Amino acid sequence: MSDKLVKNAAGRWIPEMVNGEKVIPFKGVGKYKPEGNKMAPRISSCADYPLDGNKQVKNLEEALIRAGLKDGMTISTHHHFRNGDLVANMVFDVAKKMGVKNLRWFPSASFPCHDHLIPYLEDGTISHIEGSMNGPLGKFCSEGKMSKTAVLRSHGGRYQAVQDGEVKIDIAVIAASCADAFGNANGINGESNSGLLGFALADSQYAEKVIVVTDTLVPFPCVPWQIQGNYVDFTVLVDKVGIPEKIVSGTTQVTKSPDRLLIAEMTAKFCEVTGIIHNGFSFQAGAGGTALSIGIYFGDIMRRKNIKARFARGGSNQYLVNLMEEGLVEYIMDGQTFDLEGVRSMRENPNHVWTSPFTSYNYHGKGNFAGLVDVVILGATEVDVNFNANVVTHSDGYLMHGIGGWQNCLFSKTVILPLPLFRDRIPVIVDEVTTLCGPGELIDVIVTERGIAINPLRTDLIDKVKGSGLPVKTIQQLKEEAEHICGKPQRPKPNDKIVAAIKWVDGTVIDVVHQVADQ
Amino acid sequence: MIAQAGNIGDAVRSDCFVRLELKEQGGICVNVRSKVSKLYGNQINKLCREVLKFFDVRHAVLSIEDKGALPFVIAARIEAAIHQLIITDQTYLTSLEDGNSIATPQDHIRRSRLYLPGNNPKLMLNAGIYGADGVILDLEDSVAPDKKEEARILVRNALRSVNFYGAERMVRINQLAAGLDDIDWIANEGVNLILIPKCESADDIHLTEERIQQVKKDKTFPVHLMPIIESALGVQNAYAIASASENVVALAIGLEDYTADIGAQRTNEARESFYARSAVVNAAKAAGKQAIDSVFSDIEDMDALTKNIAESKALGFTGMGCIHPRQISYINQGYAPNDAEIEKAKKIVNAFQIALENGSGVVALGSKMIDPPVVKRAQKLIDMAVLTGKLSKDWREAYVG
Repeated sequence: MSDKLVKNAAGRWIPEMVNGEKVIPFKGVGKYKPEGNKMAPRISSCADYPLDGNKQVKNLEEALIRAGLKDGMTISTHHHFRNGDLVANMVFDVAKKMGVKNLRWFPSASFPCHDHLIPYLEDGTISHIEGSMNGPLGKFCSEGKMSKTAVLRSHGGRYQAVQDGEVKIDIAVIAASCADAFGNANGINGESNSGLLGFALADSQYAEKVIVVTDTLVPFPCVPWQIQGNYVDFTVLVDKVGIPEKIVSGTTQVTKSPDRLLIAEMTAKFCEVTGIIHNGFSFQAGAGGTALSIGIYFGDIMRRKNIKARFARGGSNQYLVNLMEEGLVEYIMDGQTFDLEGVRSMRENPNHVWTSPFTSYNYHGKGNFAGLVDVVILGATEVDVNFNANVVTHSDGYLMHGIGGWQNCLFSKTVILPLPLFRDRIPVIVDEVTTLCGPGELIDVIVTERGIAINPLRTDLIDKVKGSGLPVKTIQQLKEEAEHICGKPQRPKPNDKIVAAIKWVDGTVIDVVHQVADQ
Repeated sequence: MIAQAGNIGDAVRSDCFVRLELKEQGGICVNVRSKVSKLYGNQINKLCREVLKFFDVRHAVLSIEDKGALPFVIAARIEAAIHQLIITDQTYLTSLEDGNSIATPQDHIRRSRLYLPGNNPKLMLNAGIYGADGVILDLEDSVAPDKKEEARILVRNALRSVNFYGAERMVRINQLAAGLDDIDWIANEGVNLILIPKCESADDIHLTEERIQQVKKDKTFPVHLMPIIESALGVQNAYAIASASENVVALAIGLEDYTADIGAQRTNEARESFYARSAVVNAAKAAGKQAIDSVFSDIEDMDALTKNIAESKALGFTGMGCIHPRQISYINQGYAPNDAEIEKAKKIVNAFQIALENGSGVVALGSKMIDPPVVKRAQKLIDMAVLTGKLSKDWREAYVG
């Protein structure tokens, strides 16, 4: 990495080069417009593929060998199996066995089940990760132990990076609960259901070689084909691609915490009194416990006022499915399926629509769905007094979460972050975020258990909430209240070494993460 | 000489565990292991040294296992350890929140009061945000016998340093006589009301009051009393208890212990306690006090809770204890006057006001004469509606009868 730092439009110091390649500093929302063409994959010929469509090879190792696995390649996987994924670990087990080194792992996200890969990061099988990191992988990276710099992107940013040729995938390994030998695949049928496979769309379209791995191989045709076999080089049958009960992760339970329920109720009430909840509106709530309960409160309000939503954006789950089946929501535009009820609904109900990072989030396209949504409810680890938010690091500097669709969703009409004012003594509203992931101009409302702060840019919301009885405060007041309760934290002095770059939705670098300081 | 205080374990949050060893020499050594050390390590270390210095501890090893405890908690845990090792009547008082020295009136609204285990700081921090009329820092049943001493110190610090956002600050002391010692720790810390559990006689009230008078420095600051009737004898003596002192503002009933005492099962229909509940309401009202119902223990079943509140209100109770924040809004709503009641009361009070303005001694509504007690009840209901935010204070300005 070059030592030379430049200040980007958000005032953050970022390096000119990351992993030996020049990067573009963040220029402001909507300011950077690249020219030129998208990446075009090589032309393939049917002459090189079996005419009978049978692309099945003996095992994953053979597939990887025939795909030309070698040192320094970029290997991609998707995260639809969440914490129940078995395939990413299998891929690098093979790489380790073959003695291949210096691989770049390009997952759409990583989970604690991928801690298995830490020894491979240590022995140089994997040089670095470009994708979300949490738990032990996040700790490993934060402590500066990864030999190259991590790069974190949003779901839309990942599609954009592949499409624009910023990341060239050598081998995409796409796990699917059901596939045929031609490579058509879906997450709806078979045992290890993940519902969608949208996060692997770019990988299938743009990777040099594509391997589909399944534990349920059906005769052609595997329909519906969420992944089209025409993009696929090899298919592999294994015993198990995922652990079904872990595909539904712990973040998909409604919260029982009274604090979070209160925040959820206040958020729903805010949306009610400001008229955000109106006939034909649309919303997106994430998978966290608070977000799920907000969906339930939305349902109560819609029932009481006889209001119907035109569509809700998923992550789908049983609660959202219930709203659709009750007739309160007309369409679920699903990006990832969080539980088996979501999978069932997707299989049975034509109004449960598949989306992908291309349709929903890609910023280098002719529009995307994110901007069409009336209100989106998101999380954050920190928000500062200018409404800038952090979603990847904690205040102590540790990289603990991925960006997910978070940055992409900031383009919705109203962005609300329901957050506790402090977590285990650590204030959530701060003077300046540790890591900038989303510019404050796109973040409208912060709802805490001790008050609601509205971005001064949203004078319309400030007017509408008057007289509602909701406790509206300035963000400065909230920050001071948090510090009054917790004490003003000392600011950890980060190490100079940069361990990760945070990309904005357009591929520019909005901030970097430094190695955590020794205590 | 080693002492320990606080809580430890994976599930512990906003608390800490301290281990203090007094030494003959070597000065002070503080070891902090904290999940927030990168942000608060220096402050925790400083606080530890400050508390030790305050108690004149010069040679000691202090180890803290911290799970994000706030300063008032850390100070309480260290003080609790110190009190085990040295005899001192010193107390290390943490910062006093602005609102925590405000007194409450005798007839403060007491629909909902949230029970908080006295040795669990995590639940105290946000206790005030749910809109309960009162919070009860409990030193009795929710505190294990070997944690009674450290809980007193934690409760004392919470009374000073936690913002309860206007909720009435109550403490449930232990059953007398042990409960009398609890009073020494809290009487000067802005406590608004003391609950006396398993109260059986007027003597219990007198003993409690004497102790409060002995230790309280600001004699003008009111400390209300709410005896809890939890036995057959208590029910029998309810009127004597309620009228034992002007500081008694309410009688509460505790049905778990009461049903055990009379040898009955506690049921949802609650027929076994009908007499006791009515007797307590009657005794309280005879003495001009509030009557407060027992807690409802199923925190999942909101329909049953709603039904229970309606019955309780019909018997004459004005409030109920809460064991989970979820119950608060149901209880506040349930005991507040409903719209139909308010409308009826408005008519009566308005007619009374008109009669006053006309200098007429007779209040009439249509062709019906209204008796003074009816007016009185209506006025009480209107006051309650105003206090609970269901009616504007100057409602009569816009009132068209």
